[in-house]
Amino acid sequence: MYPNEQARACHRALRVGIVSGLLFLLMAALGGPHDPAMAQEPPTPGQGVSGQLVVGSDPVEGVTIEVAGTSGADVATVETDDEGAWSVPLTSPDTYEISIDVDTLPDGVALADPERDSLTLPVREGQNRIIIFQLTDGEGSAEDEEDGFDFIGLDFKRLASLTVDGVRFGIVIGVMAMGLSLIFGVTGLINFAHGELVTFGAIMAWLFNAGWFRFPLLIAALCALVLAAVLGGGLELGLVRPLRRRRTSNIALIVVTIGLSEFLRSFYQVTFGPLPKSYRDYAIQREADLGLFAVTPKTLGIIAIGALAILLVALVLQRTRLGTAMRAVADNKDLAAASGIDVQRVVLHVWILGTVLAALGGILLGVTQKVEYDMGFKALLLMFAAVVVGGLGTAYGPLLGALLLGIVTQVSTLWFPTEFKFVFALLALILMLVFRPQGILGRRERVG
Amino acid sequence: MDAVNVLLDALRTSVGPQAIVFALAGVGLNLQFGYAGLLNFGQVAFMLAGAYGASMTVDAGGPLWLGIVLGMLAALVIAMLFGLPALRLRADYLAIVTISVGEIIRLVVRSSTFEPITNGVFGYRDFAGWFYDINPIPGGRYGFGGFTFSERRLWVIVVGWGLVAVASLLVFWLMRSPWGRVLEGVREDEDAVRSMGKNVFMYKLQALAIGGVMAAVAGSLRAMDTEAVRPDFFFTIITFTIYAAVILGGAGTILGPALGAMALWFVVSFSEGILRLGIDSGVVEFLSLEDLAAIRFMIVGLVLILLVVFRPQGLLGRREAGLIDD
Amino acid sequence: MTEVLNAIPTVPGVPKPDPILVVDGLHRAFGGLDAVAVEHLEVQRGCITSLIGPNGAGKTTFFNCLTGFDRPQGGTWSFDGKPLHGRFAYQIARRGLVRTFQLTKALARLTVTDNMLLAARDNPGERLYASLIPAIWRDTEARNRDRARELLDRFELSHMAGELAGTLSGGQRKLLEMARALMTDPSAILLDEPMAGVNPRLAQSLASHIQELRDNGLTVILIEHDMDVVMGISDWVVCMAEGRVISEGPPATVRADPAVIDAYLGARHAPQETSSRPDPGEPLGI
Repeated sequence: MYPNEQARACHRALRVGIVSGLLFLLMAALGGPHDPAMAQEPPTPGQGVSGQLVVGSDPVEGVTIEVAGTSGADVATVETDDEGAWSVPLTSPDTYEISIDVDTLPDGVALADPERDSLTLPVREGQNRIIIFQLTDGEGSAEDEEDGFDFIGLDFKRLASLTVDGVRFGIVIGVMAMGLSLIFGVTGLINFAHGELVTFGAIMAWLFNAGWFRFPLLIAALCALVLAAVLGGGLELGLVRPLRRRRTSNIALIVVTIGLSEFLRSFYQVTFGPLPKSYRDYAIQREADLGLFAVTPKTLGIIAIGALAILLVALVLQRTRLGTAMRAVADNKDLAAASGIDVQRVVLHVWILGTVLAALGGILLGVTQKVEYDMGFKALLLMFAAVVVGGLGTAYGPLLGALLLGIVTQVSTLWFPTEFKFVFALLALILMLVFRPQGILGRRERVG
Repeated sequence: MDAVNVLLDALRTSVGPQAIVFALAGVGLNLQFGYAGLLNFGQVAFMLAGAYGASMTVDAGGPLWLGIVLGMLAALVIAMLFGLPALRLRADYLAIVTISVGEIIRLVVRSSTFEPITNGVFGYRDFAGWFYDINPIPGGRYGFGGFTFSERRLWVIVVGWGLVAVASLLVFWLMRSPWGRVLEGVREDEDAVRSMGKNVFMYKLQALAIGGVMAAVAGSLRAMDTEAVRPDFFFTIITFTIYAAVILGGAGTILGPALGAMALWFVVSFSEGILRLGIDSGVVEFLSLEDLAAIRFMIVGLVLILLVVFRPQGLLGRREAGLIDD
Repeated sequence: MTEVLNAIPTVPGVPKPDPILVVDGLHRAFGGLDAVAVEHLEVQRGCITSLIGPNGAGKTTFFNCLTGFDRPQGGTWSFDGKPLHGRFAYQIARRGLVRTFQLTKALARLTVTDNMLLAARDNPGERLYASLIPAIWRDTEARNRDRARELLDRFELSHMAGELAGTLSGGQRKLLEMARALMTDPSAILLDEPMAGVNPRLAQSLASHIQELRDNGLTVILIEHDMDVVMGISDWVVCMAEGRVISEGPPATVRADPAVIDAYLGARHAPQETSSRPDPGEPLGI
């Protein structure tokens, strides 16, 4: 029910937006990172075994691993590379014996369980089995994980270190979640492609830092943030705004964002590759012992940068005309428009700001856990948890929620297997919805 | 000649087990999303329930048919898990809860802690003997020209499309009734329906459960077809692919999900085949065969975006009854 | 029937001879701001009671609380002698207290007839199991269809019966919403600004519809801004300001009440009424 003229203009804008978006992606694909590093990666359809040797968060290089098929098939000997990683492609599924040569371990590093220097495992067709040899540098951190259910032996230093790491993780998720929540608060749309915006930042920074160029990470990150701003603005102008003009329902818009998420994630997988990659800077750092807790310098750097970003956003929201306008639109769009606020412009700025926050979070995440094509999608669920726990649509709720969840997920590894740490975050989300759906900071009660 | 094979392959896929599984799960999703307006992003969790119900029961020594029934019951439990926290809240909370609970279930199933119960990342194999034992179709190949199926595959196809037909018929029957009218009212404006004295929550829960049970059967069927169940098939991306199928066919239409699943798998399989030809002949240099799996989901994502932009009502929907308001 | 009201004193909270709705201590606050604080209010059966007041007086929030679409922090209310507080919206509607919305809620992708049939109460076909066996609900459905046809006739919507409700004009939607509310066979109907945005001719016909409802024994409670309409059709007028009942009485009395005049004049400087349905999400709570 819109005037024909406007409808046609919308349609045109949409078509131009989609076509130019596709062209942009195609160009990126053709010029994408097909560096020799990718050619070495084991082919995904075949089977294989691989792993990474680390002590704490430091990789262990030059350790010999031997792989032998029990029916006498493959036999291979490999050494771990400078990231501690190793992998052996296998020609056929079989039961394999994988052993580590303890004599090649560096001084002071030993197997956490000296008995487990050899593992015998079946490898199925097409399966890439990850093999874990638990190492310890004698300070007992690996042992703690083994018998972590022991409450009495609780290591307070480790608890403190994990808490600091939880703060780091929480701030990173918080930065991203703030972007998600801002876009939701102002436009009413839950952007399921927000995770891919996170990945976008991380991958762009990687391309500037280790792919196309060799900029220092800080410069590379700035370049990535500029591109993220362009992407965010482009998404609003080329896709979301024309759809909103056509009065596309919120549910249909959410469907568009899941399509976008799926498309971008697979696109990253094809162009960036399926394996995680590290930045050239800060990849390997030793923990500094600060007495109360041990921490890597980059952890402190991430906390500082994240906190600074959050502070900046808070200042923008509280002290600038744009911030006031954003809050006004969030509160009541019609009223804001009636009082002379250019709602379209505010929405555009929110998309830019939200995307930049997502990208920043992605870069920070990439510093600690490598850059991967689906890192943002995995983080998306944690962002949801943070946002719901803190209060959907509030500006600072997500941050609070993210800090709580960050600490909970990291500290939970003291007592529970690491593989469950995200389960706890998601359970917190569910429980929150049952008992206090408006979140910690949400005020008004929802009814139904 | 090769191009002909690609076309035949695409046609085979579009009526084959993959399309059937998505069609059946899609009929369920259509009831939830197309008719009740529920944003269920955890449909794949119901499929997981069906697949594991079947395989775990057989592994524990029970009969396969019992496993399928248990999978359906598990789907009811999951519907409660989805519904109780979220169905009283705004529509998009359901999306968040379903995507999260779905992921929790997958993570728990694949965890090494629960490996003694679920077999962890390995899952189960070779448990569907009973299903193939009762196949009445004599051995051989059936079809014409290059378009043939083995008796095993034909059995899966016959049973599968039969189930799709039964499920579609059930939805048709339900949606013609006053119950279906309430459900459509809920999609349009749940407050209005409340003001008319209907227990909206109950209708949503029922739709979620019925659609979920259909997805569980789809999951069992997939398990029996591949005779392999692993947790890492049940990624969220599968749910989104079902969405693409339903919207492509026409959300809120009876035959939409089945048609959409066929069309989607045809498009996916055909473009994969063409790309494969291009890669093999060296025309397409920037891709390798390993990329094809990812490209499949790029296509699905693109289908979703383009549909909402250009044809929100899908292939079968009426223009005014499309996804767009006003 | 309505003459009895002339005899009772015009003070806020005055008891009525035959109240259908009794409200006590209903209190709803949004973040420390009292939206509604009604100490006592009774609504006489079989009359048209109008609820007036400046913007932000809390009229719609009061409606929302009464009908279960919002939860007050405290208070009790009963309808036809049965307590309603703590009930869900659908349960309250089933008790016969049915409301319409300020912004009409036509079910756009259902036909006008289906909109009407949906509103009918006690249709066995709306239960999941019974829905599968048409024999159970076919007769009820046929009876409802007849009733829907009558109501659509009365509200001059028969010619649209087969169309999607989304194709109706704004005024037709108002009519449909009222017809639909009647289809539920209510004993009292709460109309939230039924005349807003409607052309004068239609407003006139809506007004006579409302009076007709009263004459058929229905209790009508009405939020309305158009004072001519209010004064013209109301049997009793309740004025709210800042969440409280400040005056009630027959139209002429309330119109002349200095407290009411003050409230309207003072309200020029009062803040705009924000939508009292909870927003689609908490705004940036800063």
